[in-house]
Amino acid sequence: MIRDDDLLEQLRAGDDAAFATLVDTYHARLVRLARSIVTSREVAEEVVQETWLAVVRGIDRFEARSSLRTWLFHICINRARTTAGKESRTSPVDPQGPAADSGWFNNDGSWTSTVEPWPELVDDRIMAATLAEQAKHVIEELPPPQRQVVILRDVEGLTSAEVCHLLSITEANQRVLLHRGRTRIRSALNHELGGG
Amino acid sequence: MALLGRDLVCQQAVELVTAYLDDALSWRQRRRFEAHLRGCPNCSAYLEQMRATIATTGRIDPDSLDPEVRDELIKLFRRQHRR
Repeated sequence: MIRDDDLLEQLRAGDDAAFATLVDTYHARLVRLARSIVTSREVAEEVVQETWLAVVRGIDRFEARSSLRTWLFHICINRARTTAGKESRTSPVDPQGPAADSGWFNNDGSWTSTVEPWPELVDDRIMAATLAEQAKHVIEELPPPQRQVVILRDVEGLTSAEVCHLLSITEANQRVLLHRGRTRIRSALNHELGGG
Repeated sequence: MALLGRDLVCQQAVELVTAYLDDALSWRQRRRFEAHLRGCPNCSAYLEQMRATIATTGRIDPDSLDPEVRDELIKLFRRQHRR
């Protein structure tokens, strides 16, 4: 992991190796993020190109009050939202019921069947990679608000506060979206591991 | 697990998992949640699965970057800095 301070200094000095590092680290991740807001892969690529242009032009004005990463994400999200425009202005609240499958529970709220613990994945790299691939597919199918929150929280590892700020949503809303997204991923992994 | 007074049922406990992992439950809710887990192997297994799910999601690799796009971007950076 590169330190922000060092990288910033090199970027401001016009060091293209530093910029290449930034591009290598973030380009695909920015495309993934933009893709959760705009309708196509091509448009997402354009959004990220614009993001880099804004970064190159704005690097001298960046005040390091946030991390370089959140600054990049912030620019990318704003560009993507502008591009998506009114056509896809969806409410961040998913109009759905509880996250869990109603079939999981009896009328008294207890589990209908035993929840089997998953095998330890630490030693099984192939299985771990298969599951990560599976999780990736589920994320691509999530409704956009859930997808954005899951990407930022669990793929990128941002804090709840950072995500709320980036997406301009409340903590409670963020948690509902995260909960639903994670619940779907967990179900797919459980299926992969032979559970119900 | 017996349904005593205000004890949580599994369905409620499952809905609190994300808030629990974010440390966003009130002290009272947290105690009820943890008390439920102590008596419920199913919900304990579920919580562990949720932790493993988060760990798995954190292992997703970014796609590789098209070398042409990479070159274009670096050229863009150079042009900007020559000004």
